Amino acid sequence: MQAFAALIDGLIYTRSRDLKIRLIADYLRITPDPDRGWALAALAGTLNIATVKSAAIRAMAEERFDPMLFRMSRDYVGDTAETVALMWPDNSSGDAAPTVSEVIDLLNSTSRARAPAVLAELMDRLDANGRYALLKLATGGMRVGISARLAKTAFGQAFGVSVDDVEEVWHALRPPYAELFAWGEGRTERPDPADSAFFRPFMLAHPLEDGSVNLDEFVAEWKWDGIRIQIASTGGETRLFSRGGDEVTGAFPEIAAAFNGVGVVDGELLVRGDVQGGEAASFNALQQRLGRKNVTAAMQAEYPVFVRLYDILFDGAEDLRGQPWTARRDRLELFTANLDPVRFDVSAVIEARDFEHLAEIRAAAREAAIEGVMLKRRDSPYLAGRKVGLWYKWKREPLVADCVMMYAQRGSGKRSSYYSDYTFGCWTDDGNLLPVGKAYSGFSDDELKWLDRFVRNNTVARFGPVREVEKSLVLEVAFDAVHESKRHKSGVAMRFPRISRLRRDKPAEEADTISALRAMFD
Amino acid sequence: MHEIRDEVAACAGCGCELSLIHAVYITPVTAHILIQKRTADISRTAAQHWIEPHAHGIYVKPADMWIDPSRPAARALVTHGHADHARSGHGAVWATPETLAIMALRYGTEMGTPVPYGEGFEHGGVKISFHPAGHVLGSAQILLEHAGERVVVTGDYKRRFDPTCTPFEPVACDVLITEATFGLPVFTHPPIEDEIAKLLAAREANVDGCIVVGAYALGKAQRVIAELRRAGYDAPIYIHGAMQKMCDLYAAHNVPLGELIMATGLAKAELRGAIVIAPPSAMNDRWAQRLPEPITAMASGWMRVRQRARQRNVELPLVISDHADWTELTDTLLELRPSETWITHGRTDALGRWCELHQLKARALDLVGREDEDEA
Repeated sequence: MQAFAALIDGLIYTRSRDLKIRLIADYLRITPDPDRGWALAALAGTLNIATVKSAAIRAMAEERFDPMLFRMSRDYVGDTAETVALMWPDNSSGDAAPTVSEVIDLLNSTSRARAPAVLAELMDRLDANGRYALLKLATGGMRVGISARLAKTAFGQAFGVSVDDVEEVWHALRPPYAELFAWGEGRTERPDPADSAFFRPFMLAHPLEDGSVNLDEFVAEWKWDGIRIQIASTGGETRLFSRGGDEVTGAFPEIAAAFNGVGVVDGELLVRGDVQGGEAASFNALQQRLGRKNVTAAMQAEYPVFVRLYDILFDGAEDLRGQPWTARRDRLELFTANLDPVRFDVSAVIEARDFEHLAEIRAAAREAAIEGVMLKRRDSPYLAGRKVGLWYKWKREPLVADCVMMYAQRGSGKRSSYYSDYTFGCWTDDGNLLPVGKAYSGFSDDELKWLDRFVRNNTVARFGPVREVEKSLVLEVAFDAVHESKRHKSGVAMRFPRISRLRRDKPAEEADTISALRAMFD
Repeated sequence: MHEIRDEVAACAGCGCELSLIHAVYITPVTAHILIQKRTADISRTAAQHWIEPHAHGIYVKPADMWIDPSRPAARALVTHGHADHARSGHGAVWATPETLAIMALRYGTEMGTPVPYGEGFEHGGVKISFHPAGHVLGSAQILLEHAGERVVVTGDYKRRFDPTCTPFEPVACDVLITEATFGLPVFTHPPIEDEIAKLLAAREANVDGCIVVGAYALGKAQRVIAELRRAGYDAPIYIHGAMQKMCDLYAAHNVPLGELIMATGLAKAELRGAIVIAPPSAMNDRWAQRLPEPITAMASGWMRVRQRARQRNVELPLVISDHADWTELTDTLLELRPSETWITHGRTDALGRWCELHQLKARALDLVGREDEDEA
C-alpha cells in the first residue's frame, strides 16, 4: 500500500505528463501481481468497490471525531477523504500495512453495513499518506489528473508495447489484468481481443496557413463545431471514444443505444437545433456531459444530440483504413443509410467550382455550428495522427473587437512566473466595463514580457493569484464567434478568444461596447 | 471578498450564550476565519479585565503598553521579529536582544530596551518578563503579572526541537493568550528528520538539476539549513540574496550554518546537484527560471494539505513548521491548565471548540493582520 500511496502522491505533485507516465510505468514494472493490476484499474477508472460509498467514510469519521471539529476540518481541507486521512491517529494498531490486494479482497468480501468497520481497521494499519490512498482507492475517484488513455500509455511504456495494442485487448480483460501483464512481460501470447469494441487513434488535420489547394485533388467538407467522437461496435457491444481515446459511452448513452451498425466510424457530436441556428450554449452542455459517467433523462431531453459522420474505419470486420478517402466515403454513405436518421447523418461535401469559390462560400458561412472548412486529399488513407499533406483544417476568419484589460493571472508551465492570462471587458451603454472574455495566447514572447511588466506596474488590487489592473490598456481580441450567455454578467461569451494585437496607441474610452459585440451575434 | 454568516447556535469560540450573531470573514488568500463578537459583547466582557484585546493588538491597560501592535504605538512589547508581530514606527520598544537585532536589520535605525530571557521589569504596576517561545531566534512569550493575576501571551510558539533557537518553556499562568495557526486536528507536523530525509533523497535522485526550497527568510530558512547540517549534509548550501543578512545575523548569534553561497548570478552548471533556499515569493518568479531543472520544494506546515501544495505548484512538499501543531497546542493547554484561554489568531473556532469539549474556558479574539502564509 505504501508504494501505491507514494505513486498517488507523486502523481498529485507532478505536473509534467511525461513524468506522470514514467512514475506509473516504474510502478507497474516493479510491483508484483495482483497489486499492480488493481492499481492500474484504479488509475484507469475500471475499479469499482461496491461496498464502499463516500457516505461510509463520513459515517466512519463521525463515529471517531467530534462532528463540529470534523466539519471545521473538512471545510478547511476541502476533501472528505483527505480530512479523515489527516485526522486519523497514526498506525495505532502497530500491525503491518496491508497490501493493495489485501485491501481489495477485504472490502469486496464484506457487506455494505460492515464496510466502515473493515475500513477503520485498515486505517489503523497505515500512515497519513497510506490512509489517503486507501480512501481514494476504496471510493473510486482518484483525482490525480490521469485519464484511462494515459494509464494505458504508461503500461505500454513500461513493457515496450504499443498503446494501440493495449487498447485493442483492454476491453476484453478485467481487473486485476493478470493476462495483460503476462503479455507485457513476454510470458504469454497477446490476449485475444475477442468480441470487444475498442478505440483506434483518430486521423487529424494540419491548419492551412496560407496558400490554397487544388480541388481536383482535395475535397472540401464543413468543419463542425461539436465534439469529435469515434463509435466502435461489434454488434454485441457499442462504445464511444473522445479524441483522446477515453471512453465516453456513459455520457452519451442515447447515441450508443441508437447505433445499430457493426464497425467503427468517426464523426462530430452535435446538438439538434444548432445546425439551423439554434442556441449556441449547447456546446457547453455537450462539454459538461463529456465529463460525466452517467447522465439523467432530463439532460438527454434538453439537448438532443446526434452524430454527423465524417469517415468510416471499419465496416463490419473489414478494415477500410488503407483505402482512399473516395472509396471510404462511398462505404460511409451506404453504411449510414441503415442507421437511424434522427441520430446519424453524413457530413455534406461542399460543392465549389474552384478554391476562390470555396473561399466565398466559407466567408459567407456564419452559422454557429460551423468552425470552418476541412480539406481532405481524395486519395488519403485513414492514418493515425497528423500527417503532412493529407488533411487540412481551414478555420473561418476570426472576428475582432477592441477590449480593455481588467484582470491578470499568472500562467502555468513555462509561463508560471508571468502574468499571462488576461480578463478583458467592453463598455456598457452607461459607461461601465464588464468582462467579456479571457485569453492567454496570441502574443509573442516579447509582448508577453511587456504585458507582464504592465500588469506589475499597474496593479490596483490583488485577489489571491489574480491582479486587478488600471483600466487603461486596449487589447485587440480575435475570436471565432460570440453568442448570448446567461452565465456572464455582460450577457455575451466569446468562442476561442485570443489576443491579436496590443493597442497601446488607443485610449481605453475608445474600446468597443457590448452592444457592438451583440451586433456580431450569429 | 468576505461573507457574513449568521449562526444561531452556541458560540464555539467563547461559549457565550446562544443566538449571538457572529460575523465570519473568510479571506480568499489565507482562508483564515475570524470570529468577531458583537461590539456590545466585546465591551461588556473585555472592560472588566486589565488586558484588552483589540483588532490591532493586545493592550495592557495599567502599563499603557501594547503587545505586537499592528499600528505605531508609544510603548510596544514585541514577541518576535516576524513582520506581522514586529512593525516599525513605535515610540519605545521592549523585546529580547535577538529580536531587537532582527528589527534593527529589517527597519534600520530602530532601537529599544533589550530584555533577555527570564528577565523583566515593572511598569505602571505591571511586572513584565520575557520567556523562550521556541518559534524563531529571539522569540518570546511575555508574562504579565498584575493584581495577583498571571497572564502569558505566547506570541507564536512551538514545542519541537529547533537547533536555531532556545526551546519553549512552559510558564504557569491564570490566563493564557495563545496562537492557533495550526489549530485544526488535521495538522500534525511529522518529525523534521523525515522531511529532511525526503529533501536529501530528492537531491540524490536529481543530481543533474537542483532542489529549490521555499522557506521564509527569518527562521524557517535557517532552521532548514541547520537541520541539513545536523543530518550530515556539509556541502555548500546556496541561498537567495534576500536571505544573506539574516543568515549572517543568525551566525553572529552562535547559530552555525556552515558554508553558504549566494545563488544569484551563478551559472547553471555550478548549481547542478545543489540545494537552493529561497523566499517563497521568489519560487514562481523569474529568479527561479535561471536554475538548472529545479524541483520546487516548500517548507511549511501548510504542506500537510495536498491542495495547498498543488495551488503553489509545489512538487516536493516539506511539512516543516515553526508553529505548534494541533497536538502541541492542546497538550500545552492541558499542561498549563489556565483558568481562561484567549485565542488570538489562526483557527480560533476549532481550538475554542476543543476547549469547550475539555471544559476549559476559552474565547476567540479578533486580531487582524496575523499569519503570513509563508512564515508558517
